[in-house]
Amino acid sequence: MEEMLREYLPILVFLGLAIAIGLVLILAAIVLAVRNPDPEKVSAYECGFNAFDDARMKFDVRFYLVSILFIIFDLEIAMLFPWAVAFQDISMVAFWSMMVFLGVLTIGFAYEWKKGALEWE
Amino acid sequence: MVEFFTNTYLGMFLVIVAQILALLVPLLVALAFLMYADRKIWAAVMMRRGPNVVGAFGLLQSFADFIKYMVKEVVFPAGADRAVFLLAPMISLVMALVAWAVIPFNDGWVISDINVAILYVFAVSSLEVYGVIMGGWASNSKYPFLGSLRSAAQMISYEVSIGLIIIGVIISTGSMNFGSIVQAQDGNYGLFSWYWLPHFPMLFLFFISALAETNRPPFDLPEAESELVAGYQVEYSSTPFLLFMIGELVAVVLMCALVSLMFFGGWLSPIPGLPDGILWMVLKMLFVFFMFSMVKAITPRYRYDQLMRLGWKVFLPMSLFWVVFVAFAAKFEWFWGAFARWG
Repeated sequence: MEEMLREYLPILVFLGLAIAIGLVLILAAIVLAVRNPDPEKVSAYECGFNAFDDARMKFDVRFYLVSILFIIFDLEIAMLFPWAVAFQDISMVAFWSMMVFLGVLTIGFAYEWKKGALEWE
Repeated sequence: MVEFFTNTYLGMFLVIVAQILALLVPLLVALAFLMYADRKIWAAVMMRRGPNVVGAFGLLQSFADFIKYMVKEVVFPAGADRAVFLLAPMISLVMALVAWAVIPFNDGWVISDINVAILYVFAVSSLEVYGVIMGGWASNSKYPFLGSLRSAAQMISYEVSIGLIIIGVIISTGSMNFGSIVQAQDGNYGLFSWYWLPHFPMLFLFFISALAETNRPPFDLPEAESELVAGYQVEYSSTPFLLFMIGELVAVVLMCALVSLMFFGGWLSPIPGLPDGILWMVLKMLFVFFMFSMVKAITPRYRYDQLMRLGWKVFLPMSLFWVVFVAFAAKFEWFWGAFARWG
């Protein structure tokens, strides 16, 4: 426990310092700079007309598809990490079972490709 | 006196803070000159002069820009969610900086020598996407919203291939610690012992994925001036905008460090006989940064569908195949054990 604290404490301190740098920069501008907002200045950026309805609107379903695919492959990578670290010690069974897992994943990937989930035009 | 720094909590804390400042201050100062170098290289390729007014040869340009950002007005758009609006650039900067805690510059010169270092960098750099998403959402404006969706999709797409390439390097090394990864590349043949040779195609894949991951040209769709104005940063001004810029550049330099450590042997000297040291690490990072700048200057921007096609249909299958290839090569000692360096 003591050893782990010794290793990870610097990261926590680093996080604190990084947040401090960011806060100081933002506060400096808020304190130093003049603030003189008017309705035209603070209106949302638009192209030649006044902004209408909420900007948080419906968007293309393909962004969801990309994020779902990302979750699948990121989980796969998370599973590969411990396997890769222990690679020198693992048995043939462990080696081949990961190959089968990657094979199953590749079949799924081929199916997505065939279905057109990766098409953007 | 020595006991104060090794035995008491306050002393240890002060040592840690001093170490972090010894990394952060040179890094941030170097960043100012790297920004200048980037602009100068870009200008030179286009036969322009680039910044040349502030200081000798324009060397102080970045500092002038910094002061300009500090005295600009912070504009909050009318419909913006103020807390999230300011949190977004903070996340962008903090996540980019915090990853440096585990990057070594020389044998043992590292702030936190954890055994899951590369996993930590991978995790922290994937959190950067939250800065982009939150910035676009909080602005409550259509251009930033669409821009942030596209940037987020782009960043997560290329993260997959970066992760798979990292897996290949870990299989070869048998450790996630950067010190061990560099040690594994130490050999009798100088620069031919490094991982760029056995993992040759992945060097390019990683470099190009790093370009896309950090939103650098030719994948700079977030700031595609001609189509999205400036993507998720449209509504930002003053230091919040500056934080996004610093975060982006710190992430670029981090990628330079990762390429140096994983493929170019970190602080190892390229010629057998010459001493290893921090100088080699810095030179390698500068070389990779120069390549980043040159790519920016000489390539036209990708279209969005081409970008997604490249990420999912070319890079992902290639890197997936490479993981399997490295696994076989390491397990069955192909190529005289070039892929199995744990022995």
